[in-house]
Amino acid sequence: MALRKSELTTGDVHEQVVVDNLTRTQIVQYAGASGDYNPLHSDEVFATQVAGYPSIFAHGMLTMGLTGRMVTDYVGDGRLLRYGGRFRAQVWPGDTLTARAEVTGITEDEGGPVVELQVTTVNQNAEEVFVGSAAARIDP
Amino acid sequence: MQDGESLTFPVEAGHIMLFARAVGDPNPIYYDAEYAAGTEVGSIVAPPTFVQASAQWDPGYKLRPTIGEPWFGSGKEPTGVPAPPGGGGGGTGLHAEQHYVYHRPLRPGDVLTATMKPGRTWEKEGRRGGKMTFSESVQEYRDQNGELVVTATGVGVRTSKTVGS
Repeated sequence: MALRKSELTTGDVHEQVVVDNLTRTQIVQYAGASGDYNPLHSDEVFATQVAGYPSIFAHGMLTMGLTGRMVTDYVGDGRLLRYGGRFRAQVWPGDTLTARAEVTGITEDEGGPVVELQVTTVNQNAEEVFVGSAAARIDP
Repeated sequence: MQDGESLTFPVEAGHIMLFARAVGDPNPIYYDAEYAAGTEVGSIVAPPTFVQASAQWDPGYKLRPTIGEPWFGSGKEPTGVPAPPGGGGGGTGLHAEQHYVYHRPLRPGDVLTATMKPGRTWEKEGRRGGKMTFSESVQEYRDQNGELVVTATGVGVRTSKTVGS
């Protein structure tokens, strides 16, 4: 279901919990699907004893993928024009992430109306883990 | 994939399903062809970050074990190589930013060709990680008709100390 320009206002917010108590198994699933088998993300022995981290941690791209679900749930399938951002903090096993999109503007290009979104994902301590933006095609 | 190199990435329905599961997205548009046929996009499509999985088709990808060669993860020992990348408690390479521009949704049956172009490199003093060196790379994904479908710009950062809490 696409968003409609006539029903959108700058400042509108859509928020979703995209993972509750992130498991090591889900991080392993992401390693397998994405092909990024860096042991920092799946090998506790390597991550702690060799690399010096407190535990394994999620791929940044898993955080962005989890956040992407919130974006497509909001704007609809096949509607995205741009999506990007910055990884602000690491995501650890046990974390719960909430992703939020806020409408920052409604613009127009040669294909029609576009919604501009600010995208922010925070962990259970309200610490930002991913901050970015997205743009999607909307209906009039 | 190194600068100037390219790879061929066939977009497959099973791979899309596994990727959507991994990112915790239960949307049937990613696995149910019958459901998808009745939607606006009209077919299974790939999730927004799916081209990251082109790594599976990168023949020289360094973050996948190569059959018959030592791997830097643990086995009998905490690492299988004498000088593991990111090892020794510091000097770790991490993903800092990722940006996508989409021209159309990806569908099973698409065969993408990705070309890697070099981007900018810059340095910055970090709050926690010491000196940070950023480097950008741009991957252009074209379909079987030569049309640009996705542009992916990644920024990697290398720090002089381990980043973490």
